[in-house]
Amino acid sequence: MSTLEIKDLHVSIDTEQGTKEILKGVSLTIKTGQTHAIMGPNGSGKSTLASTIAGHPRYKVTSGTITLDGEDVLAMTVDQRARAGLFLAMQYPVEVPGVSMTNFLRTAKTAIDGEAPKLRTWTKEVKAAMAQLRIDADFAERNVNEGFSGGEKKRVEILQLELFKPKFAILDETDSGLDVDALKVVSEGVNRAHEAGNMGTLLITHYTRILRYIKPEFVHVFVDGQVVEEGGPELADRLEEEGYDRYATGAGAATIAAAAAAQA
Amino acid sequence: MTEITTEKARIGAPSAQPFINGFTEEGESLSPINVATSKAPLAGQAVKSHSHGGGVGIPDSSRAGRLTSYNLADFKPLTGLEEDWRFTPLKRLRGLHSAVLAGAAPTVTVSGPAQVTVETVARGDKRIGSAGIPEDRVSANAWENFSEATVITVPAEFEAGAEITVVIEGTSTEAAAQHLVIVAEKFSKAVVVLDHQGSAVVSENIEIVVEDGANLTVVSLQEWNADAVHASSQQARIGRDAKLKHVVVSLGGDLVRVTPSARFTAPGGEVEMYGLYFADAGQHLEQRLFVDHAVANCTSNVLYKGALQGRNAHAVWVGDVLIRKEAEGTDSYEANRNLLLTDGARADSVPNLEIETGLIKGAGHASATGRLDDQHLFYLMARGIPEDVARRLVVRGFLHEIIQQIKVPALEERLTEAVERELAVTNN
Repeated sequence: MSTLEIKDLHVSIDTEQGTKEILKGVSLTIKTGQTHAIMGPNGSGKSTLASTIAGHPRYKVTSGTITLDGEDVLAMTVDQRARAGLFLAMQYPVEVPGVSMTNFLRTAKTAIDGEAPKLRTWTKEVKAAMAQLRIDADFAERNVNEGFSGGEKKRVEILQLELFKPKFAILDETDSGLDVDALKVVSEGVNRAHEAGNMGTLLITHYTRILRYIKPEFVHVFVDGQVVEEGGPELADRLEEEGYDRYATGAGAATIAAAAAAQA
Repeated sequence: MTEITTEKARIGAPSAQPFINGFTEEGESLSPINVATSKAPLAGQAVKSHSHGGGVGIPDSSRAGRLTSYNLADFKPLTGLEEDWRFTPLKRLRGLHSAVLAGAAPTVTVSGPAQVTVETVARGDKRIGSAGIPEDRVSANAWENFSEATVITVPAEFEAGAEITVVIEGTSTEAAAQHLVIVAEKFSKAVVVLDHQGSAVVSENIEIVVEDGANLTVVSLQEWNADAVHASSQQARIGRDAKLKHVVVSLGGDLVRVTPSARFTAPGGEVEMYGLYFADAGQHLEQRLFVDHAVANCTSNVLYKGALQGRNAHAVWVGDVLIRKEAEGTDSYEANRNLLLTDGARADSVPNLEIETGLIKGAGHASATGRLDDQHLFYLMARGIPEDVARRLVVRGFLHEIIQQIKVPALEERLTEAVERELAVTNN
């Protein structure tokens, strides 16, 4: 069993107006086999947490630690983190022109496993995984994410999740922009990866909708860069009914009100 | 679509005063010579009637007004301030612009289907001069000095199953002149690969005649040794409903300057021009192209892509597209993309578009020069791919868009490997 541990994490970004602190002391422990949901209004720092774990250069960790089975994740480069077993399903997957999906998947798999996958079984595995996620076979020949719709990009993220078999997956608003059918397909993919690989999942979402398909054991509510409440699945149900309004105090109130208005 | 056409047409419309100091409708007033003439927005208009061998033309900001002549004496000695030479380090031309080109020309070896005729002809052959008139001093110098030319003819209605390979191998670095003529007769179809290799200091004129209904691909590959200096004027005349695909690949040589042009002579013509270059430290790779939409209903599409790495790696791309008043129904696009892989490299990119009629389907130009996109690298690295591998993947992908246009598998493979070798140089 593996453990991903985040302790008192403070993260800032540089903006034109100066340095801005986004995460103000976040602590979280996830073990393989567990599913945690992080919920919160827009601008609460959910995506910052996801990108920081993956090592995006924009986010500066000013204090706190992230460890994977005791290893210092913050000391690792972006690619080392992925090879150590962390996977970030991105909110906005990037188009990489000129690099075919086939080439990309094989190169990444080779990097993660430390050896090239056996061509025959690999091709079969990719095809089967694509079929399960209802991704057209011709996507393999297309360039990474190029010209894919929002829903197609998200499915391709989950395809990678299933093929690369990470220890921990961070799903950054994978559900946003998906219609119900796509949401089901994507959720099934996550659940398969969870069962097959005993994966730990950090599910970041704004809405409760995806929680009908992916069942978290733990729910953390994020407001203004901090976890303000934690609980079991029943907390998600309560959020579904009440929204984020009751957390609206102090500085975070404005953002929450705006988010609530946007949602309504 | 009508609205867009109108908007675009306005770009070429004459107006009384420049919007920005130092700029005219034709773009930046780039050289001191041009500044003097650019007071009239269409200075080219006045001298157009004097071009084509008249020797009276003066350089100006419209491509139509450029001096063309078979006589070296009509071109003034170069100073480096001329618009079409301002990026070229003349000192490194090794006399191609000033010396008598008396050296031995690189050897020409042609292989291909038996039906294709290959002749070595004297200066007086009637096919010489059928597709072009020199447009600059270095080209005129070669015209004045070449002793014999190679004429390659793809016979009418013949469809070549295999490519025609022309190996042009330099063995001496004495300044030399070279002349080739490629004729694709009516309704023929062929791929011609010009494979420049070895060491040479050579100015080359290549005339390309694409007769009515012919479909010709010309790939000019510059894989010279590191000391080579090469200027190549490649002028094509496009017949009715004819199609030319022209691909320039410049990888090796100290200074390589390729100036392709395509002139439409009858409606229905189609031209695709592609280019790929990879400039290393100290290398100067220049390409200046010209598409002359002189008649109605022709299509042109231009895409050049280059990567640069190392100190003083220098790439130059200038694309001139001229849509004349007669060229109604034209559809045209040109673009250049550069990737700067290290500090100390320089890419100059100038897309020029002149439009003299509003009755066109489309005309566009674009240019972008930048570093590798950090977002691309982050995405690939977030999937476990180490940074150096990720960089190579992106650069390879960037250049592959051109390589895959060639459609000669053996050549595509060879170029892919050549790009890999370039990438290995600085471990990018």
